[in-house]
Amino acid sequence: MKKYILHRVMLSVLILFCVTFLIYAMLRCLPASYVENMAMQLAMKPGAKPYEEWLTQLNASYGLDRPVLPGYLIWLKDAVRGSFGDSWKYTVPVLQKFRETIWLSFAMGAISFLLELLIAVPLGVIAATKQYSRSDYAITAGALIGISLPTFFFATILKLVFSVKLGWFDLYGLVGREYAQLDPAGKFFDMAAHLVLPIATLVIVSVGFLMRYTRTNMLEVLNADYIRTARAKGLSEKKVIRIHAFRNTLIPLVTVIGGSLPGLFAGALITETLFSIPGIGYTSYQAMLIGDIPFSMFYMTFLAVLTLAGNLLSDILYAVVDPRVRIA
Amino acid sequence: MAVRRKEGYLSAKESRQISRENRRITREYEKQWKRKNVPESEYLTQMRDPGNVVEFEDLHTYFFTDSGTVKSVDGVTFEVPAGKTVGIVGESGCGKSVTSLSLMQLIQRPQGQIVKGSIRLNLGDRAIEVTRTPQEVMQKIRGKYVSMIFQEPMTSLNPVLRIGRQIDEVIALHDGAEMSRDQIRAKSIQMLDLVGIAGGERVCRMYAHELSGGMRQRVMIAIALACSPRLIIADEPTTALDVTIQAQILDLLSQLKQQTGASIMLITHDLGVIAEMADEVVVMYAGRIVEKGSAEEIFDAPAHPYTIGLMASRPMAGKEVEMLYSIPGKVPNPVNMPSYCYFRDRCPMRQPVCDGPYPPAVKLSESHSAACWRYLPDGTVSGEPSGGPERSSKDSLEGSSEHSPEDSLEDSSEKEGGTAK
Repeated sequence: MKKYILHRVMLSVLILFCVTFLIYAMLRCLPASYVENMAMQLAMKPGAKPYEEWLTQLNASYGLDRPVLPGYLIWLKDAVRGSFGDSWKYTVPVLQKFRETIWLSFAMGAISFLLELLIAVPLGVIAATKQYSRSDYAITAGALIGISLPTFFFATILKLVFSVKLGWFDLYGLVGREYAQLDPAGKFFDMAAHLVLPIATLVIVSVGFLMRYTRTNMLEVLNADYIRTARAKGLSEKKVIRIHAFRNTLIPLVTVIGGSLPGLFAGALITETLFSIPGIGYTSYQAMLIGDIPFSMFYMTFLAVLTLAGNLLSDILYAVVDPRVRIA
Repeated sequence: MAVRRKEGYLSAKESRQISRENRRITREYEKQWKRKNVPESEYLTQMRDPGNVVEFEDLHTYFFTDSGTVKSVDGVTFEVPAGKTVGIVGESGCGKSVTSLSLMQLIQRPQGQIVKGSIRLNLGDRAIEVTRTPQEVMQKIRGKYVSMIFQEPMTSLNPVLRIGRQIDEVIALHDGAEMSRDQIRAKSIQMLDLVGIAGGERVCRMYAHELSGGMRQRVMIAIALACSPRLIIADEPTTALDVTIQAQILDLLSQLKQQTGASIMLITHDLGVIAEMADEVVVMYAGRIVEKGSAEEIFDAPAHPYTIGLMASRPMAGKEVEMLYSIPGKVPNPVNMPSYCYFRDRCPMRQPVCDGPYPPAVKLSESHSAACWRYLPDGTVSGEPSGGPERSSKDSLEGSSEHSPEDSLEDSSEKEGGTAK
């Protein structure tokens, strides 16, 4: 098992190099060039140098005069030493900006993911054990509605109902108007209240998939021969499901859960943008729009690492729940 | 609009109608079955013969599917005497498994339901009517009084639980009230020892995938026997195993039967297995019993044309044939069963009287009976009993007899008295 994990880690590092190179190459090819915009602005100032001169000067100072491969190697040399440079848009070190924004996104992601699991898995199990009953139809239909609703549409409806009509929550933003005057507990609750709608949006939009996945897997397990054996032993239906069926249902579920680990940190670009919440998704979206290569590079590399780690984690979790895939 | 339809074709409207009707019917049955705290008087009964472990009487088990009602078991009557092995033979889909699952109340619900008839189960001090027993009570009976060995040892054990846990579970459930954990485990190891698995302690810590097919089936038998049931249902226990292991498992079963005095209901399509194991044989065809009798009667003097056909389709040692006989034709569509004898269209001994209603079971001797018009109640036999199988025509190869030569490879040797070991 140790050897297997080591092997996988080394493979992941190799993949990571390829991925970062591809991202770097693509970012360099983006039509939105930060440097061109800046040169344009500087050239428009009265008495300034012409655009071309500014462009050459800026390209040299931002290191964009080199071709893609040497540029990547320089980025890589700094990156492996932990230095990701300064963000062009935010004019602070990339890591500092990252630290400022990530925890908000992580909190949102983690809370909505936990809620998703708590809602989806039990409901999926209920739907499967009572297949073709009214509760099954209700759950399946609800899941389908959740899957089909686009985030922006659903977020807008939530805003309309709870902010505009009922006035329970603010329309957007992370903090209220009187935030600065509140005591620490008040600050916490103010922030929490502002996160209710974004988290509700995230949960409802993505809970359906997990629910249907649980239901399908549970149904498959419930038709298995060993479930019939368990019933033939005289176990009560509750025990059959809790002891014999549930653990087998977990096997495919952990892959999904392991795979959604990067999602926790990735931030929710659309939701954060809709609610103007300064999380990592919103921040990196802004950085990408303007062609901020250091920040985008860092964010993408971060996601790539998380994805690879998520895959490795789900493979290890597989072995934990299923003795058949344990490697001696 | 006279649109000609293929048999079995259903329009969406018809299908919806059927499924709505089915839901209405099955909901009633489910309600009945899921009741709690049912007074005992509702399901207690008297055995017709206290010497029987279980009595099936006119059992009807139907499946309410979206394409119509499938009469899987349609009026089955037989009994399993204490300490005897009753073999149930028939091709796939003839209702032999459904009969046994009805007894365990393990039919796929809510589609499958026992709609008529009775199953009386002797628990020793009392007898229950399984068809009226609610789920709650039935759970105490399964595993304790009746247990089951399934066809596929590969998939019948839970892949994520250790073997020990799976045996412990059934002991703890039925006999474990005053036992400590260690005592239960000791009993499990003892059970493994009983079924011929040495080193039970080590095996207890293993998972199902670490065992061979034969070992797994032994574990299944250990689970089935753990609470010393009065009746063991063995549903094709050897079908998935290779021939030498088959013989070992069968030997083990008959040896354990001697030791524990349990009755065995042996379901199989392998006549060789029946010949070796069974005291009594029930031959089923399309959800009904066509013939039953003692093993000697069935093997030496098969009466029903279907049984005669089955017997003729076995390879025999010392008899060279170019091609094995197979019964021509196929089983009628289970949704629309004809009103006449189900075997009529495949029967080599068909007579004008066969166009009439389904024949009643006629007693040929004290224990032997067959449902065929050739045997009239006054004891005369019409038609030529030996006319069928001899006519081993080549075209009959297309027939869908379940009995492939491979299945019956063993018979030949067993009929000669030597088991493959």
